[in-house]
Amino acid sequence: MARILPQSKSAAVNPLKSSQPLGAAFAFLGVDGAMPLFHGSQGCTSFALVLFVRHFKEAIPLQTTAMDEVATILGAADHLEEAILNLKNRTKPTLIGVCTTALVDTRGEDCAGDIANIKLKHTQQLAGTEIVLANTPDFDGAIEEGWAKAVTAMIEGITRSGERARHPKKIAILPGCNLSVADIEHMRDMVESFGLKPVILPDISGSLDGTVPDRWVATTYGGTSVEDIRELGTAMRCIAIGEHMRRPAKALLGLTGVPYVLFQSLTGLQDADRFVSLLSSISGAAVPARVRRRRAQLQDAMLDGHFHFGGKKIAIAAEPDQLFQLATFFAGLGSEIAAAVTTTDRSKILKKVPAVSVQIGDLGDLESLAVGADLLVTHSHGRQASERLGIPLMRIGFPVFDRLGSQHKLAILYQGTRDMIFEVANIFQANQHAPTPEALDPLRNREISR
Amino acid sequence: MSSLSAKIKDAFDEPACDKNRGKDAKARKEGCSKSLTPGAAAGGCAFDGAKIVLQPITDVAHLVHAPLACEGNSWDNRGAVSSGPTLWRTSFTTDLTELDLVMGQGERKLFKAIREIKHTYAPPAIFVYSTCVTALIGDDIEAVCKRATEKFGLAVVPINAPGLAGSKNLGNKLAAEALLDHVIGTVEPDDPGPYDINILGEFNLSGEFWLVKPLLDRLGIRVRACIPGDARYRDIASAHRARAAMMVCSTALISLARKMEERWDIPFFEGSFYGISDTSQALRNLVRLLVRKGADPEILERTETLIAQQEAIAWKKLESYRQRLQGKRVLLNTGGVKSWSVVHALMEIGIEIVGTSIKKSTVQDKERIKQVLKHDKHMFESMAASELYAMLSEHRADIMLSGGRTQFIALKAKTPWLDINQERQHPYAGYDGMVELVRQIDLAIHNPIWSQVRQPAPWDCQPELIGELPCTRNETAYLFDEFACATAHEC
Repeated sequence: MARILPQSKSAAVNPLKSSQPLGAAFAFLGVDGAMPLFHGSQGCTSFALVLFVRHFKEAIPLQTTAMDEVATILGAADHLEEAILNLKNRTKPTLIGVCTTALVDTRGEDCAGDIANIKLKHTQQLAGTEIVLANTPDFDGAIEEGWAKAVTAMIEGITRSGERARHPKKIAILPGCNLSVADIEHMRDMVESFGLKPVILPDISGSLDGTVPDRWVATTYGGTSVEDIRELGTAMRCIAIGEHMRRPAKALLGLTGVPYVLFQSLTGLQDADRFVSLLSSISGAAVPARVRRRRAQLQDAMLDGHFHFGGKKIAIAAEPDQLFQLATFFAGLGSEIAAAVTTTDRSKILKKVPAVSVQIGDLGDLESLAVGADLLVTHSHGRQASERLGIPLMRIGFPVFDRLGSQHKLAILYQGTRDMIFEVANIFQANQHAPTPEALDPLRNREISR
Repeated sequence: MSSLSAKIKDAFDEPACDKNRGKDAKARKEGCSKSLTPGAAAGGCAFDGAKIVLQPITDVAHLVHAPLACEGNSWDNRGAVSSGPTLWRTSFTTDLTELDLVMGQGERKLFKAIREIKHTYAPPAIFVYSTCVTALIGDDIEAVCKRATEKFGLAVVPINAPGLAGSKNLGNKLAAEALLDHVIGTVEPDDPGPYDINILGEFNLSGEFWLVKPLLDRLGIRVRACIPGDARYRDIASAHRARAAMMVCSTALISLARKMEERWDIPFFEGSFYGISDTSQALRNLVRLLVRKGADPEILERTETLIAQQEAIAWKKLESYRQRLQGKRVLLNTGGVKSWSVVHALMEIGIEIVGTSIKKSTVQDKERIKQVLKHDKHMFESMAASELYAMLSEHRADIMLSGGRTQFIALKAKTPWLDINQERQHPYAGYDGMVELVRQIDLAIHNPIWSQVRQPAPWDCQPELIGELPCTRNETAYLFDEFACATAHEC
C-alpha cells in the first residue's frame, strides 16, 4: 500500500494540476449543444479556454459571467442572470453548465439559490435549456473532481428519477476524464459488438473529436444528448470507469436504482478481460472472434515488449485515476514506479498505486524525485524537466499542447494496451545509448560504487 | 484597495494617448475600460495583462499569489524567447487551498514561498502577483513584499493587478506602474553611453527582436533595456539612464514611455518594426532622438546607408513572391502585427486587402489604411464569429491573418490561415521578418491540402459512381490519377 505524502512546500513549482472548474467544463463539453459558463472574472475563463484550445486544436465554447469589482463586492447574481439570458438568446444551447470559481466561492454566494430564482423568473424564456450547477472552486480539487462533480450535477439535475422499465440492451457508461476520444470510440465499438446499446456520459468522442461541420456552431456539436441523460434510468446496468466516477454512479443508483460496476482502470490484460467478461455476461453473447484476436495480439505485444520494460524506473505525475492506470500498466510489465506524483489527496485509489509512496505535489516534485529514472510520464508541461534531466518524456493526460493527436491516442482494453506497449518500447529504443568501454569498465564501476 | 483604485484612475488618465485627448473631461474621468457583457465576453483579465508584460523578464522568479487556476492554467504559454536565463519559464504559485483561505494563512504562505524561492533559485528579484481571491480576502502583498525585501536582501516587487480590476489592457498599464514604482531607477549602470536606448513593448516573440538588434548593433546603438522581451532584471532597473526610447506598436506601455520621459528626460517615439518602411522609419527616428540628445550627427548618414542597403535587399526578396501572390486577397483580423506598414508592403507586391480590423490601430494608422484601401467598408471594429465564418466559407478571402482566437473559424471554413499573434511560430520583425511573413503567406495559400479538403466525398456528389466502382486495384489507381489531375487543373 502506497504511503501518501502531503505537500509541505509553500511555493508550488511548475503546477501539475489544472483547475477544478476546467474539469467541470470539460465534462459539459461532452454534451450535445452545451455551453459551459464560468461564474467568475473573465480571466478564469480565458485561461481555461486557451488551455483547451491548445490541447484540442478546436474552437471551444466556454463563456464567463465576467465579474468585476462591483460584482465582487455587491454580489454577482445579476451577472449570472445576464450571462444565462445572453447565452440563451445568442447560442440557444440545450445545456448551460455553470461552473463556480474561487472568486465566487470565496465570496460565498448561494449560486444554487440564484439559479433557482433565475429559472423561476424566466421560465418561458429558458424553456428547452437545462441549467446545471457544479460547485468547483479553484482552491479545491483538480480536473477529476471537477469532471465528476459536473457529471453528478447533470444526473441529479436532468435524469428522471424513480425506478423505470429497463431496456435489456441499454448500458449507461460513465467514463472518467482520463479517457481520450479514441478510448471512448473504441469502448463504444466493443460494447456494441456484444449487441448492447451504450449511452455514454459525457461523450467527448462526439464533440471533441475534431471534425469539420458545414456551418458555424457556437455551442458543442455532438456528444451525449440531453434526452439521453434524462433517460439514463432505463439502462440495465451502469459501468463507471475510474474511482472518481463512483460518485456520479452512486447518484444514478440512488436516483433510479440502476446498479453500477466500477472499473478503476481499463488498461492491461486483466482489466480488459474483466470488462469483456462483464459485457458477455450482461448480453449473454459469446465474445466475438475479433475481440479474441485482439486479446491474442496483446499477449504477443506483452511477450515482445516486456524486454524493454523489465527493471526500468518510471516517474509518473498525473491525476489520481490516471496515475493508477499508468502505474499498474508499467508495474504489470515489470517496471518500477520510481516516482509517483499526483494532484490531490482526496482519491481512495492512491493507496492502491503500486509505488512505495505517492507525493501530493507538482512537477517540481516530479523533477527532484525523477533523478535517475528512465522515463518521465506526464503532460506537456513536463517538457522542461525532461530537458533538464535528460530523460525522455511520454506525454499523457491534460494538457498536451506540443504534440498533435493526443485525443486520438488509444490507451484502454486490449488494443490500447498493445499500442501503449509499443509506444513505450519505441521511446526506450529511440533513446538507447550504445555501450562504451568506459561505461562497462569493471574497475571504473567499482571505483564509483565504493 | 484605495491605492489600487488610485492607480487605475491614474492608468486611464493618459495624456499621450490620442483617444484620451479627444474626450472631454467627464468622459476622460470614466476611463477607457468598456464594461464587459456577461455571457458574451472574451479576453483576459488584468492579472493576465500584467503577467504578459512582465513574465518575459527572464531572470526573475514570477510568483502568483492565488488559488491554482490563475497560474496553473496559464503558465509557460507564450512564445517569448530568452537568450540566457530560463527561470521565467519556471512557474511559482502559492496554490492556496480552502484551508489557507479559511484560516487566513495567505500572507504567511506567501512569505514562506518567497523564502523557498530565494533559497532554491537565488534570483535577482521576485515579482509577486496579487489576484482576485487574494485581493478579496485582503492579503497585503505590498507589506509582505516590503518585509521580504528587508529580510532577504533581494528585490521583491508587488504587482497589484487582480483580475477583477478590469481588462488585459489595464493589467498592462498596472504592470508598467509597478516597474516605475519599484524597479526602474533602482540600479545605477556603471557604463552609460550616448547611444543607449530602451525599447518598450517588444516581447521578442519567436525571437523576432533578434532580427532587429543586429541592425542597431551595426549602427553602434546599444539596447540598454528591451522591456520586456529577453530582459534581465538589472537592465530594467538601470533603464533610466538610456538617452532615447522607442515604444513599439502596442499602446499598452505608453504610460511607461511618457513617465520615463517626465522623470528621466528620455524622449520617446511610437514606432513599429513590422513592415519595411516602418522599420526604416523607426531606425531614423531613433538616431534622430539620439542626435538630439548629443550623439554625433554622423550617425544619421550611416543610418541612411544601412536603410538603403537593407530595403533594397528586402524588396528584391519580396519581388520574387509577386508572381505567386499577385491578386491574392488577405483578411487581416487582429491587433498585433498589423500596422499600416504591413498593409503597405503586402499591397506593394500585389496582394489585395479585403478587410482589416482597426480595433487596436492608432488614429494615424486608421487614416493611412483608409487612404490605401479606398473603401471604408473594408475596415471593421470587430466581426462576429458567424459573420467571419460566412465570409471565409464563401471564399471572399484567400487567407486570414489573425490570432489563435479566430484560428478555427478559418480552418473550419477550409480557408488558409496564418498566426500573427503571440503564439506564432515565426519571427516577423524587421526587414527579414517582412520577407518571412510573405513567405509564410505563400506557403499557407499554396499548400496542396486546400483543394483536397474542399472536395466533397465522391459518393456525396456523384451517387451514380457506386454503380461504376472499379473492381480491380489497377482501376482504382487509375481513378485516383484522374482525380489528382482534375484537382491540379482546378488550382
